[in-house]
Amino acid sequence: MTALAPSMSALPSRRDEEWRYSDIAAVARAWPVAPEAITVAAGKAAHRMVVQDAAPGSATIRQFDITVEAGATLTFHIINSGGAYGRVALDVALHDGARFDLGGVIIAGGDQVLEIVTTVRHLGPNANSRQVIRCVAGGTATVTYLGKVAVARAGQKTDAAQSFKALLLERGATANAKPELEIFADDVKCAHGATVGELDKNALFYLESRGVPPVQAQALLTRAFLSDALASIADEGEREAAEARVTALLA
Amino acid sequence: MLVIDNLRAEIDGKTILNGLSLAVNAGEVHAIMGPNGAGKSTLSYVLAGRAGYEVTGGTVTFDGQDLLALAPHERAAAGVFLGLQYPVEIPGVSNLMFLRTALNAQRTQRGEKEASGAEFMKLVKVAAEELGLPYEMLKRSVNQGFSGGEKKRNEMVQMAVLEPKLAVLDETDSGLDIDALRVVSDGINRMRSPARATLLITHYQRLLDYVVPDYVHVLVAGRIVRTGGPELAHVLEADGYAAIAA
Repeated sequence: MTALAPSMSALPSRRDEEWRYSDIAAVARAWPVAPEAITVAAGKAAHRMVVQDAAPGSATIRQFDITVEAGATLTFHIINSGGAYGRVALDVALHDGARFDLGGVIIAGGDQVLEIVTTVRHLGPNANSRQVIRCVAGGTATVTYLGKVAVARAGQKTDAAQSFKALLLERGATANAKPELEIFADDVKCAHGATVGELDKNALFYLESRGVPPVQAQALLTRAFLSDALASIADEGEREAAEARVTALLA
Repeated sequence: MLVIDNLRAEIDGKTILNGLSLAVNAGEVHAIMGPNGAGKSTLSYVLAGRAGYEVTGGTVTFDGQDLLALAPHERAAAGVFLGLQYPVEIPGVSNLMFLRTALNAQRTQRGEKEASGAEFMKLVKVAAEELGLPYEMLKRSVNQGFSGGEKKRNEMVQMAVLEPKLAVLDETDSGLDIDALRVVSDGINRMRSPARATLLITHYQRLLDYVVPDYVHVLVAGRIVRTGGPELAHVLEADGYAAIAA
């Protein structure tokens, strides 16, 4: 855990794998970080939504140290869009039969550097983790997802999945994705996929040919792309509110 | 309504349309037939304003205005509809959202009032029923998981709801079985009115048995080489394009 308790350690540098894409000058401004602890008690279910919408120019790091006890479920959503530098980092420990669903959205423009960094530890057997990260970057922004799944020797029948997709709206934008697996059990299922692309030109033309102006067509397609990460919000009202927030950020 | 005069267009520096002229009046249905590579799809994309198709000469006038000066969405709002040969799939955007956004975008551009939810629903339900596309399918993502025939029906549903003045239908008959062809043809025929015109772009004559055109044009190597009545389609079917082009 030491590497992931930044308040306990020295200021990181870009030589640290977990910070290699970060804006270190901005990290220094946000340092030290006070992690927030979340525990979901055995058999319980919890949902958490984190909106990182700090003021322009600011630097924010939010660190969550999370324990999901046996048979418990945590659904966690992130909308990361604010500040010059914004990082949301999760360290999640999953016990026997626990379930963790993460949906992360990053919307970056200008020269923003926005990151989602996760370590999901499958400590007990039969735990299930699902991570869906969708990012959109314009300008010369940088979006990053570092996702580590660590399966302990006791983590048999682990089922872990990571899906990362980024949309680059302009040539100067950058997306970094690094899934990482560290597996010590022999009966596990760990899937990951990452794609970086542009908006589908055929779909844009299709919308325009039906009368939708280009800016509106682009926003509609971008919102649809991002909504994958919000689909796991069970409450319809909350999901709609999250989608409305995303829509407003794209406008 | 539509006057195309000596139109020249190219893709990647290669000339595709080479002096094409055509006049379509309100109330008329024109069929454009031609062999592969004659420029049929290029004509439809140039009319709709797709990027990558460069007009190097000639004019296109629609209802008295310079169509080529308008962006694709402005052409749609002016009343031009392009039925695509290969309708695009859009994951995450439902057909209903797609169509409602399109209808209201057009109305806004024309300075009209947007359709209310109830008005829109009614329009779509009627159109979907007439074209034999289950309304439930329209709640799914645009064209995703649709068969070739369902995609073409969906194009016709969009056309019925958007009520264009000029429909340019690019190989709307391709990939349809005989039952779907009949349904789609009925959809096109229902749209026929003294105020509207249709440009049917097709490779085969069979669509023209159901949608009987006023004029048939033969497009070869980027220009119209022959114009006639519906009977011309049968001549083509019997003798082939080579005989006409010679």
